[in-house]
Amino acid sequence: MVAQFVRLKLTLMGNAFRRSVWQTIGFVVGALYGLFVVGMLVVGAIVLGTTDPELAGTVVVLGGALAVLGWWVIPLFAFGVDATLDPQRFVLFGIPQRRLLAGLAVAGVVSVPGVATALSALGASFAWWRTPLALLAALVGAVVAVALCVVGSRATTTALAPLLESRRYREVVTVAAFVPLVLVGPAFAWLGAQLGEGPVDGEAVGGMLTRLAGVVAWTPFGAPWGLGAAVHDGAWGLALARLVVALATLAVAWVVWDRALARALVTPPTSGGAGRAKGLGFFSRFPATPTGAVAARTATYWLRDPRYSGSIAVVPLIPVVLLVVGGGAGSEIFLALAPFTAWILGFSISADVAYDHTAFALHVSSGVPGRADRWGRALPVLVAGGAVTVLFAVVSVAVAGRWDLLPAILGVSVGVLLTSTGVSSATSARLLYPVPKPGDSPFKQPQGAAMATLVAQTVAMVLVLALSLPFLVPGLVAVLADLPVVGWVTLLVGAVVGAVVLVLGVRWGARRYDRGAPELLQRVLSYA
Amino acid sequence: MVDPVPVPAPVPSGAPAPDPTLRSATAPGPQPGPPAPPNPAAALSLRGLWKRFGQKIAVAGIDLDVPAGSFYGLVGPNGAGKTTTLSMATGLLRPDAGTAHVHGTDLWADPAAGKRQLGVLPDGVRLFDRLTGAQLVTYAGLLRGMDRDTVAERTAELLAALDLAKDATTFVVDYSAGMTKKIALATALIHAPRTLVLDEPFEAVDPVSAANIRDILAGYVASGGTVVVSSHVMDLVQRMCDHVAVVAGGHVLAAGTVDEVRGDQSLEDRFVELVGGRQSTEGLAWLRSS
Repeated sequence: MVAQFVRLKLTLMGNAFRRSVWQTIGFVVGALYGLFVVGMLVVGAIVLGTTDPELAGTVVVLGGALAVLGWWVIPLFAFGVDATLDPQRFVLFGIPQRRLLAGLAVAGVVSVPGVATALSALGASFAWWRTPLALLAALVGAVVAVALCVVGSRATTTALAPLLESRRYREVVTVAAFVPLVLVGPAFAWLGAQLGEGPVDGEAVGGMLTRLAGVVAWTPFGAPWGLGAAVHDGAWGLALARLVVALATLAVAWVVWDRALARALVTPPTSGGAGRAKGLGFFSRFPATPTGAVAARTATYWLRDPRYSGSIAVVPLIPVVLLVVGGGAGSEIFLALAPFTAWILGFSISADVAYDHTAFALHVSSGVPGRADRWGRALPVLVAGGAVTVLFAVVSVAVAGRWDLLPAILGVSVGVLLTSTGVSSATSARLLYPVPKPGDSPFKQPQGAAMATLVAQTVAMVLVLALSLPFLVPGLVAVLADLPVVGWVTLLVGAVVGAVVLVLGVRWGARRYDRGAPELLQRVLSYA
Repeated sequence: MVDPVPVPAPVPSGAPAPDPTLRSATAPGPQPGPPAPPNPAAALSLRGLWKRFGQKIAVAGIDLDVPAGSFYGLVGPNGAGKTTTLSMATGLLRPDAGTAHVHGTDLWADPAAGKRQLGVLPDGVRLFDRLTGAQLVTYAGLLRGMDRDTVAERTAELLAALDLAKDATTFVVDYSAGMTKKIALATALIHAPRTLVLDEPFEAVDPVSAANIRDILAGYVASGGTVVVSSHVMDLVQRMCDHVAVVAGGHVLAAGTVDEVRGDQSLEDRFVELVGGRQSTEGLAWLRSS
């Protein structure tokens, strides 16, 4: 039975390649890169284990614990990313539960992250290659750790499945997940800056990490990784204790998974309670024209579809990120807040038709004029985004204490918002690329879309940059050469050039739309 | 004026291969010879429609006239080209060759004028399902350029007629499959089109709702509208429609009034005879439980 599950998993992976050559190439490149990273990890562990066994133990425990924690928690946020062996699909086969569990567990290792984790764990054990007994203990620990990763992740996802199946919970979690993702980079930058500043107290940091590892090695996440170090130090009792913690955790996870699966197999998935909204919302407030209707629908989606509202959740974080990256409020980088935000907002509608997915058929069968479709999608971004952009522009000059630069910042920001919205209106009627489908996790990147996405986004970015030069140059002159007078020129040029690009972009997009709406529909149908 | 191709009464029985004389267009190529001119009086007049996807020819030259005021059924096995044909007849898919006229308007030459007269229920597409039922129907009405009061009035009436009034404020994403079909039907009806084209309208719809929908459609035809439905359910088509076309392999095998096409057989038997492909039930001996 186990062999059958592994074969099924391999067949599924193999069939994915048969769809396109590029996907195969992408997989090979990804696999080579993964092997390279794993190789570097292993080499690093071995070198460190040879020179400083104590530090090696600390690093292995901390890194390993992070990996286990990741396996347990990430699937809760990135639901549906890998559902190839969803136990629900085996419900009708009447497979004895014990066999099903064993098969799913082993097949769980047969995946790119599974293989990478297993190779890294086994490889890192060779940090103790000088002490054969410690090496043996570390290898046992690695096997237990990998089992803990797979079984633990299955246990958490299966046990929480009733929660994960509720649409509303998924949407809230998805939008919330954007926050830590955006803040990961700045957090590391901040940490680096803290460590880099002042006298570097390597001893203190090292001591802190060692104490931390000492604690983590007692937790279910770190215990299996501490086996090698304990044996290396000759602390047999400690090693035994850690092994017991790890195995007990594994047993508990197995039982939890077993129970949860038994319940899941007889409880078909339900979508949870149905959501309701009062009245017609934006539809009764916007003008009763096709343009107004498209704008009302777009605005509703911005608030209600996680794929859009995720980007809204990110906007308030942009100032935080820039503050951290710029290293404080006095930095000139913070002045880029408003233009940067404006660019993101304008860019966010560049895949609008693909986001509609096949619901776009309503626009085609209704014969919505291109003008209405394009302006309807652009207006909510312009109005709401315009308010945010102006607010950010004022805030950034206030924080920097450079009110004299307000015209320049405002000019660049407004110019960028109008320009990128105009470019998006044009490109979204021409350059389509697959995006996460309605109802899917925004983190679930469609397979084999990397090339089309890259081309479309690069074209849009280069166009925006090139068309922004007329006001970007005077804006930069005003800020860098400290010539606030030039700021007024920037404001004027930004408003005029932006407006012209917007109108021309929307018109060009509308013409493309009127000529090729059925072709656009067939493109999104092909993504189904 | 091209009449629907009449079906000769005596049909050689036991001949699964379609009789070539039954087809209106059989030559395997785009624009086979000079086609008959489109019928300006027909609600839908298709001439030489042709579409290929890669290697597969989905529709190989379909000629069809749907008379104004008829209740027209389009039947065919899976993969026959029904959805492709209807997509090309409603402006969702550009044909490789051929024309589609809607009440005399060339749809692909003047899409705006053609689409104004059509109400479409496509199969296998999503809806804007983050809207509530009422919002979605309102959206469809406003997209058609109707005024707010008319849209509000008709939305309420449609939701009541389709038994969706109590779910008007529920998001469409939380609707069942049958409710989704019904709300999609409402979006196709809101602008009171002259011709309705419905792809598989009764799929997943419960019997009571299906009866209600049939009543709505029958009333609509009685008042002069035209309805085209595709379906797998022969009994339904035989009872409900007055005209029928049998499509298979991208060709029209037979078309005309239901009585002309079925002769003295049931529509289902006639369909199986035309399309062929019935298996003998000799095999699968192990499946017999006794």
